[in-house]
Amino acid sequence: MSSNLDQLYRQVIMDHYKNPRNKGFIEDNALTINMNNPTCGDRIQLTLKVEDGKIESAKFDGEGCSISLASASMMTQAVKGLPVEDAVKLAKIFYDMMLGNDYDDESYDLGDIEALSGVSKFPARIKCATLAWKAMEQGVGKDEEEEE
Amino acid sequence: MSANEWRKLFPILDQEVNGKPLVYLDSAATSQKPIQVIEALDKYYKEYNSNVHRGVHTLGTRATDGYEGAREKVRRFIGAKSTQEIIFTRGTTTAINTVARSYGMANLSEGDEIVITPMEHHSNIIPWQQVAKTTGATLKYIPLQPDGTIDLVDVENTVTEHTKIVSVMQVSNVLGTINPIKEIAAIAHKNGAVMVVDGAQSAPHMKVDVQDLDCDFFAFSAHKMCGPTGIGVLYGKKALLNKMDPVEFGGEMIDFVGLQESTWKELPWKFEGGTPIIAGAIGLGAAIDFLEQVGLDNVLKHEHVLAEYAMERLSELDGVTIFGPKERAGLVTFNLDDVHPHDVATVLDSEGIAVRAGHHCAQPLMKWLDVTATARASFYLYNTEDDIDAFLKGLTTAKEYFGHVF
Repeated sequence: MSSNLDQLYRQVIMDHYKNPRNKGFIEDNALTINMNNPTCGDRIQLTLKVEDGKIESAKFDGEGCSISLASASMMTQAVKGLPVEDAVKLAKIFYDMMLGNDYDDESYDLGDIEALSGVSKFPARIKCATLAWKAMEQGVGKDEEEEE
Repeated sequence: MSANEWRKLFPILDQEVNGKPLVYLDSAATSQKPIQVIEALDKYYKEYNSNVHRGVHTLGTRATDGYEGAREKVRRFIGAKSTQEIIFTRGTTTAINTVARSYGMANLSEGDEIVITPMEHHSNIIPWQQVAKTTGATLKYIPLQPDGTIDLVDVENTVTEHTKIVSVMQVSNVLGTINPIKEIAAIAHKNGAVMVVDGAQSAPHMKVDVQDLDCDFFAFSAHKMCGPTGIGVLYGKKALLNKMDPVEFGGEMIDFVGLQESTWKELPWKFEGGTPIIAGAIGLGAAIDFLEQVGLDNVLKHEHVLAEYAMERLSELDGVTIFGPKERAGLVTFNLDDVHPHDVATVLDSEGIAVRAGHHCAQPLMKWLDVTATARASFYLYNTEDDIDAFLKGLTTAKEYFGHVF
């Protein structure tokens, strides 16, 4: 097997896939975002609780491949407790990582997310990894619109 | 000639992908092109590229002859009565949309029915949804049998005297089901409906005779049958096409243009507004020449052998679900237990094996199968049993790989 493949499917990714963190639905007064990847049928439902410009909690449910579900699990962990603007910055850092660009690994604790850096070698799978992040961005964007 | 010799005529197949010999098992998405087709396109652009049906110069005449010559090849290929019944389109999608927009919008109203099946490709669902929305007609579905086939009793029960259009794919791009088009067309006609056939997955693989099928419209794409992308065909019975209005207006399709009103050319040109897909048609003509040289009966026989072999080998693996009936066209749609089809496809790709993973532009069918996505290996005349052996080896690797990491 190629080492690229081992980089793509690292143990920590498989762990998030098999034992997703923050799986579920936030009941009370949360932002709900449904997003599809129309090219492959992956689906995510993300619920975000934002209070005073801060993401208090994030939960997801959905169907998809190991990369999309593991990425969703990692994203919910990473953004929990972050101010919205930091979560959006973190999304940009993640997109840089996916595109194989140099990325800022100092401003935030990237934790498990860095395990996904191997996805950049598989262009067809980048959309799988970014789905949950796009949903998060849309959610906090909605929140800002509502406040305006 | 055998598959091994046919294969040599496809330059793209002679390469390595990710360090492994390419095994191309995605021909239902698009087929590869033989050297004859590539050279026909090359020759057109190098020697006689010119606009058609206008001007008097020599290149224009050669281009027109090439373009209209391709139309005659298509006519012969599907057994149409006249080249007036052969309209070049961008592909199957545009062909079906032309019928929906021209025939559907003009002839349907509230109380009328359009009948399709849940196995259709999106391109044979959405145009009819749009017709139903605009005209107030009802879109009905013929239920499927548990193995993904159509029972004619269900067709009889679904098609009624209110049905104006029945539209069904001849071969399913997911299940591989070969549908009884001739019998369905007879039921449609008995009820006064027209029969539309999505031939995208049949025309490349089996002899089609539109008169034997007695369908009113038949749509297919060149790129799935060794031809270039961007061109397809709408066949329609002349009596119907004559009564239909064009859907695109502009150059090439007009007879006389006044300040307030215009008139159209005769068939088939009234449906071909704008500079047509000249190179594409010439490429399609070359693809038809190639397929007739190989023999469509040989293509069908060869794919039947491959599909049987693939099913047999797949049944040796544990934890494989195969979708679709036993009797099938040259493709196998499947899932591995506990491994998402995208992950299967990525592991296979790392072994140089190209398969499709996803919903295959058939979301209603995915829902019917109760899955979100599947993987599909599809075969064509250039595939061999060696390809299937490589595919099975790749699947075993995928199973071991994910078995190991979990």
